Formats: sequence, structure tokens, C-alpha cells
Amino acid sequence: MIEPIIQVKDFRKTYGDFVAVDKLSFEVHPGEIFGLLGPNGAGKTSTLESLEGLRHPNGGSLKIAGIDPVQNPSGLKNMIGVQLQSGGLPESITVEEALKFFAAYHQVAPRFDLIDRLGLHGKRKAQYHQLSTGQQRRLSLALAIAHRPQVLFLDEPTAGLDVATRVELHHMMRELKEEGTTIILATHDMAEAEEMSDRIAILLNGRLAVTGTPMEITATGSQLTKVSVRTQNNILAENNANLPAVRQHTFKDGYHIYFSDEIGPTVAAIIDHIQTQQDNLIDLRVERPSLEDRFLEITNPGEKQ
Amino acid sequence: MNAFVHHFAFMFRSGIRNKTLLMMNYLFPLGFYLMMGLIMAGINPFFKEVTVPAMTTFAVLAATLLGIPDPLVNAREQGIFRSYKVNGVPAFSILLIPILTTMLHLAIIATIIVTTAPLLFDAPAPTNMLNFIIVFVSMAFASSGLSVLFGVISSSSRLTVLWSQIIFLPSMMIGGLMFPLSMLPETAQKAAMLFPATHAMNAFNGLAMGTAGDFSPWGSILTLILGGLVALALAVYLFRWGSHNADKKRTPLLAGLVLLPYVAAIFLF
Repeated sequence: MIEPIIQVKDFRKTYGDFVAVDKLSFEVHPGEIFGLLGPNGAGKTSTLESLEGLRHPNGGSLKIAGIDPVQNPSGLKNMIGVQLQSGGLPESITVEEALKFFAAYHQVAPRFDLIDRLGLHGKRKAQYHQLSTGQQRRLSLALAIAHRPQVLFLDEPTAGLDVATRVELHHMMRELKEEGTTIILATHDMAEAEEMSDRIAILLNGRLAVTGTPMEITATGSQLTKVSVRTQNNILAENNANLPAVRQHTFKDGYHIYFSDEIGPTVAAIIDHIQTQQDNLIDLRVERPSLEDRFLEITNPGEKQ
Repeated sequence: MNAFVHHFAFMFRSGIRNKTLLMMNYLFPLGFYLMMGLIMAGINPFFKEVTVPAMTTFAVLAATLLGIPDPLVNAREQGIFRSYKVNGVPAFSILLIPILTTMLHLAIIATIIVTTAPLLFDAPAPTNMLNFIIVFVSMAFASSGLSVLFGVISSSSRLTVLWSQIIFLPSMMIGGLMFPLSMLPETAQKAAMLFPATHAMNAFNGLAMGTAGDFSPWGSILTLILGGLVALALAVYLFRWGSHNADKKRTPLLAGLVLLPYVAAIFLF
């Protein structure tokens, strides 16, 4: 059995009387992309920063490749790479200086190839404050991976990036994963988390609400599947009550939208009804519940989809 | 060592590249020096005699007290120190390197003042250059250490201004830069010994300019070096990686201990 590269056991973090994280336990395996999700104040940042050695836990244990971030922060230095959410570099440092500066502290050669790779060519001599938000984030990522860490922490890596750069960054994350890098991805972008993560943990009020693969997480919960239908003569408007397994129905932008807990009978009945009434089907879409739907269900249990 | 050199080189270049630091390191001290040389040297004979030490001391005060604390506070507030921490940059380097780079900038300014003041304003040059360098390094170290400490204990840029002005303004007024210390009432003379600038002027006069100091000039050197060491030690002890780092509850009131060498000097010298 493969030993987990990250072990979080009964982790607790408090600020005065406020309990930010309580009895949090999870494991991350080598080479995984592990999504850490949760609403603001759920305890993601406290967990990440404690794993990165920036905060001291008040209880439990944290281990990265067997190293305790509190006991042995210097041992952790070359093991992890961190792309911080904002700033993190002096305004007047140039792209080239930043790569040399951090490489020197990691005792590795500066990786100027990352400048081109991350679309920063022509910006080698530009100062940090002269870069756009997207360029700053790309530089921050370059610095985080320049020493080839075993574990990479990405906090909102694609926030503020254009589509092309976002795609390139996802491509790079997959490459890093193939090379064996473990990635901890903290994001509010559910589509990104669902697409990129092997496993996900959703935190809520400082505790682990759910963990599993994106498919496992979306498969639990209310499991209502969304069916959107549009026909030429809008025949469905006259007969909704007889459709089997439909729990909810709405009409929007010319589409009848059904939430079904048994997709087969519902779709069959819809098609049969359209044919019987001699209407023409224009569009029919079936969408399983997304991670975002499930996330909202977990974090706002009182609200329906 | 390689990392320290890269860090030092970047910080030194920042002192010229960053407009605020360029102003505090070069433009403000040199502009003030030229203005004072042109105006004061003609109307105040005392000032002409002390142009070189007074303007060197002024340059040190401006570059350190007005130039060092704010970037430290901003770096902490903007998460730069946290980024440094996860990449293995030691706290000691973060605090020591600004001191060393500022001292290097100041050495350039001091050289300009020492070489041009006799030519431009007929001001006397130092009679003992080695002692001048010793006093200059001691003063630059003491004032830089104090400035780093202000940067560490200040929670905002506004507070750095307050702390810096508590030292900067009295130093200018009663530190012996504009008129002799001996012209002050005895109590004010004692109070003036709480400021590094007073010790610097006393040591410059007594050891490097061929005139007499008001009290023990080597005592002043000792006070400045001890003051710098105590300030740096306190800065390292009170250093925080981030603005919300509640893991380290050490009261900034401890920073008051930095006055100890100066208080002791009042009674000893």
C-alpha cells in the first residue's frame, strides 16, 4: 500500500476563542491532485497555511512526506512549493531577479525556461508591479515549481487569468501530476475543481463535510438529474403531471426543465408524449448534478437546487 | 552565501530603483545638503565648521529612519515575508540586509559630502579619515538598527512615521547638527544623549574633525554600537512573518529596551 504523502490527523486550529478548524483528518496520496473546497471561513486557509508551516496547529498532527511542518520547517523548504493567493513579491523585483533570488535560497539553478513556458517572454526585465494580475500569478506559479517540489500548494491559481492562460495552467498541472507532483488545489471555481481533482474534500465550519472523487461526491445527495426539453409546439406545457419520477418542474427561455430522480422513465415518457402528440423535438439535454450543485447542497442545506 | 549575495544585490538595486527609497537615500539628503550649504554656511559660522559631520548625520537619519521602516511594514502586510518563509529566507536576512544595503548607499552619500563640501562651501574636511569612517559606520548601524526595529513593531505605515519622527525631529533640533550641544541647558543636553545623532556629532567632532567633543567620544562610539546591536536583537526577537500571526504574542513594549545603552550613556559619559 502506498504511503500517503500528506497526513492530517485530528488537526485543530484556534484564534483566541474562535475555532477555525476542529478534528480535521484526511490523507493525500503521491501524485494526486487534491481539491480543498469550502465557503469563506470554512478553514481552508488555516489548513493550508499550517501545512505550509506558516501557522502553528493547536492540536492534532500534520505530516508532509513524514516531515512535521512545525518541528522541521527547514526540511520542508525544498519539499513544497507554494503559490500564494496574492502578492508575495516586492514591487520592484524583476522577473529574472525573482527566479534567481528564490532559486538561490532553494540551492537550485534558476529555471528561465519557465518564463517562456508561462507566457512571460519579453517580461524578463519587467518589475513585479509592471506585470498584469495574470502575469503576476504566472510568475508566482513559476517560482512555486522552479525547485521541482514534491508537493505543490495552489491557492486560487486561475483567479484573474484569461481563458488561454487558464488552459495552459491546467495543462501544466496535468504535466506536473504525470511527473509525480502532488497538488493541493484550493479554489472557489467548482468547474476547475471537478475537472482537475482526483479527490476532493469539502470543509464546512472548520470540519470535513465530505471527501471523495468528484464523481462520488456528485453521486451522493439528492441525486436529482436535470432534463431540459424544447419542442416546436410546446406540447409539454399541457401535460406535466403525468411524467414519472419528476420532483420539480420549471419553464425558462422556451425550455421545460424537469428534475428527476429516475432519469430513464422520465426521458422515455417525455419522448413518448412528444411523439404521441405529433410535436417535434428541437432540443433535449440531460445534466447530472454538478459539483457546484452538490457543493451548494452541502453548504446551504436549507436551499433547493 | 549565494542566496545572501542575490538578496543583498536585489535590495541594493531596490534602493535606487524604488522612487521613495531613491528619494530618501540620495535626493533628499543631497538636496538638503546643497540647500543648507548654500544658505546656512553663509549666515551661521558654526554650521560651516560642522557641515561635513552634520550633513553626513542628516543623510544617515533620512535614509534610515525615513527609508527603512515603511518597506518592512509593507512587505509584512502584503504577504512578502510569508512568501519568503515558505521559500526558506531566514528572518535574520530579512532584517540584516536592509541595514547593510542602506549603509552602502550612505557610504556613497558620505563620500560625496566629504569630497564636495570643502570645494563648494569651504567647509573643513575630516582631519582623521579612519576615525570618520568608524563614527560613520557606528552611526549608520545604530540608526539602521533602530529603523528596522520601528519597521518590526509598527502595525501600519502611519505608525512608522510617528516612531521615526520621535527620533528624527529632536535629533535635528538638539542633536548638535544646527548649533553646538553646549548651547543647550544641561537637562536638554542630557535628554539629547538619548538620540544617536547626538552621539554621532560628539564622536565626529571629538575623533574626526580635529575639534573637542562635549563628552567622551569613544563612549559615544560604544553607545552607538551597543544601541545598534540591542535594536537588531530586539527586531529579530519581535519579528513577525505576517500581520495576522497570532502565534507570536510578544509585546512591542519590549522595544523600549533599545533605549538602555543611551540611558546608560547619560550616567556614564
